[in-house]
Amino acid sequence: MTNLLILQTLNGLQFGILLFLVAAGLTLVFGVMDVINLAHGAQYMLGAYLAAAFTALTGSFALGLLAALPVALAFGLLTERLVIRRLYDRSHLDQVLVTFGLMLMIGEGVRMIWGSAPISVNLPQVLSGSVPVYGNLRYPVYRLVILAAGLGAAGLLGWMIHRTRLGMLLRAGASNRDMVSALGTDINRLFLLVFGFGAMLAGFAGAMMLPLVSAEPQMGDTVLILTFVVIVIGGIGSIRGAFVAALLVGLVDTLGRSFGPVLLRTVMEPDAASQMGRVLAPMLIYILMALILAIRPAGLFPVRQ
Amino acid sequence: MSMPFGQGIAPCTERFDEEQSPSGHRKRRHNENTNNGECKMKASLAISGLALGTMVGAAPLAADEVNVGVMLTLSGSAAVLGEQGRDGFLLALDELDGKLGGLDAKVTIVDDEQKPDVAVNRARELIESEGVDFVMGAMYSNVQMAVTGPLTQAGVFVLSPNPGPSALAGAECNPNFFAVSYQNDQPDEVVGAYVSDKAQRVFLIAPNYQAGKDHLTGFKRTFTGEIADEVYVSLTQMDYSAELAQIAAASPDAVFAFMPGGLGVNFVRQFRQAGLDAIPVYSTFTVDEVTLPAQQQDAVGFYSGSDWAPDLDTERNRAFVQAFEAKYDRVPASYAAHAYDAAYLMDAAIRAVGGDLSDKDALRAALKAAEFESVRGEFSFNDNHFPLQDFYVTQVAQREDGRFQTQVVEKVLEKPVDAYAAECAMN
Repeated sequence: MTNLLILQTLNGLQFGILLFLVAAGLTLVFGVMDVINLAHGAQYMLGAYLAAAFTALTGSFALGLLAALPVALAFGLLTERLVIRRLYDRSHLDQVLVTFGLMLMIGEGVRMIWGSAPISVNLPQVLSGSVPVYGNLRYPVYRLVILAAGLGAAGLLGWMIHRTRLGMLLRAGASNRDMVSALGTDINRLFLLVFGFGAMLAGFAGAMMLPLVSAEPQMGDTVLILTFVVIVIGGIGSIRGAFVAALLVGLVDTLGRSFGPVLLRTVMEPDAASQMGRVLAPMLIYILMALILAIRPAGLFPVRQ
Repeated sequence: MSMPFGQGIAPCTERFDEEQSPSGHRKRRHNENTNNGECKMKASLAISGLALGTMVGAAPLAADEVNVGVMLTLSGSAAVLGEQGRDGFLLALDELDGKLGGLDAKVTIVDDEQKPDVAVNRARELIESEGVDFVMGAMYSNVQMAVTGPLTQAGVFVLSPNPGPSALAGAECNPNFFAVSYQNDQPDEVVGAYVSDKAQRVFLIAPNYQAGKDHLTGFKRTFTGEIADEVYVSLTQMDYSAELAQIAAASPDAVFAFMPGGLGVNFVRQFRQAGLDAIPVYSTFTVDEVTLPAQQQDAVGFYSGSDWAPDLDTERNRAFVQAFEAKYDRVPASYAAHAYDAAYLMDAAIRAVGGDLSDKDALRAALKAAEFESVRGEFSFNDNHFPLQDFYVTQVAQREDGRFQTQVVEKVLEKPVDAYAAECAMN
């Protein structure tokens, strides 16, 4: 049981880190720019497809990943200039409608270019093995790489938000947009940067997942829902909140799926326990969200307005 | 983009109409102008550019024409399955010079979007606007259950290239419904019977929806060993790290998986990455020619249960696989093989009744007789209109040309009768 716990904790952390990479951009766009971007999941998906395309072109996953990042960034910047910029003064409903349409267009566009069959990329040979973790249990090297890369990106982001001038402006923007603008900051440029950067982070997450899950047109949809859960739990606009909430969601989901039935078995019949566990496991993160919102309605780390 | 059959359609003018369907999806119609005097088509078949639209051929005289609807899932992630079915059917039609049983075939291809409600609307359109005699479809059991009733009540014969839901095999068996594939549980029963000799403790995994439970039930019907654990995953889940850790911790003798489509692609790849190579994986619909291009080397050695494989040793099958690969440049899957058989079944039945589509009883008897040569070798229909055929355990292998396919390991069951046939009142 201990070894399974270690393994599942690693799995949960890795899942959480991935959610964080996607949620970071979403929470900034929502918090700083006050834009609900339903197309954010599509940018995650696009990152995976771009990495797949460039990997096929260059023959190397590392190069494919590196090449996908600037393109994902460029796509984000372009989306902001062409579409999102027109939505700042509109209601949330308008934003939801437009970005939902954008999500459908990106999904269908990807399908037209790459087809609807899943596209997969092989792992580089050095990363394809597994390492012994504890006892006879092994853990895939690549998942550790994702964990490390995600933590690295999170650290970089944290440094940027809390230690740089840009980060200061972002934090200020999340608290009081009008004041930042009144103090002479080109708010449009700031928004452009935030959106592009968020899109790139989501694309990075998608590209990193590519060797594990293979690219599919609808892969962004489930991630989008989970990231909304994450940013709501964490407090909209807060990077630190997104980080904590992402790890929390990742761990609760993974451990719940695995150990829920085991725990239930101590109090009820095995058959009923596994049935119950099956029903409860997918609900756990939403129960978690409800509980946290009941206690802290603005999330774990609310941004001071 | 059009593809003529029989005499050329070059002189015909073409017209594209765009219309908005109720679901908001754009539908493209491709019409040939039949008023053009130079237009002399025996049969015409047009494929829309998006492969999504309705195809409407010329309608010269109703008497020497058979009207066929093809309803498959042609959008979304499941589109690859529908495309296999469509291509298998069109290949057969191509070989038959666009005719079925001597009649010019007018084929209308519609996309059910894998949604039962959409499918019912499409079925109604096929009945009312196109006046179809046959429908070849669908690809998913939930869609099949939704459309079979409305279609058969309108006197249309429905030939399934894939789903064989238990209801249609048993209590709700239908005189106008023919499963050209199998009863859904049968591939699992085959694997269950096979694994009983090979492994004591088996770990089961399937997505948490009706079909997932049905397939595991099918496996358990014939499996005599012990179930180590039974895990159900979400249909939208892509990362199986938690489940793979559970498998590792349970260390079963074997795994049985029903992880269709994209789920299987991710499951198989992650299974390999997790270093679980020592545990053999038996499966149904998890490794097939639709998913293998994505799974590749990772799936080699995985077992599956099926009524057909590309290397199944019949003369007819060799010719089919060769023709399919020459035309579409990919390995056919069972969906294509069944759809191909469905076309030849229609051809044989229409020929048997001398092209008289009005005598439904004679046509039904001719379909039931199944006087055609299946790619699967011996093939006949049981009284519930489900096939009596052999089942095999297959294994994924790489071919000499580098492509991947499932290959027959062993014939496991000879012409089994499905578990529901006794509940069917039809004879």
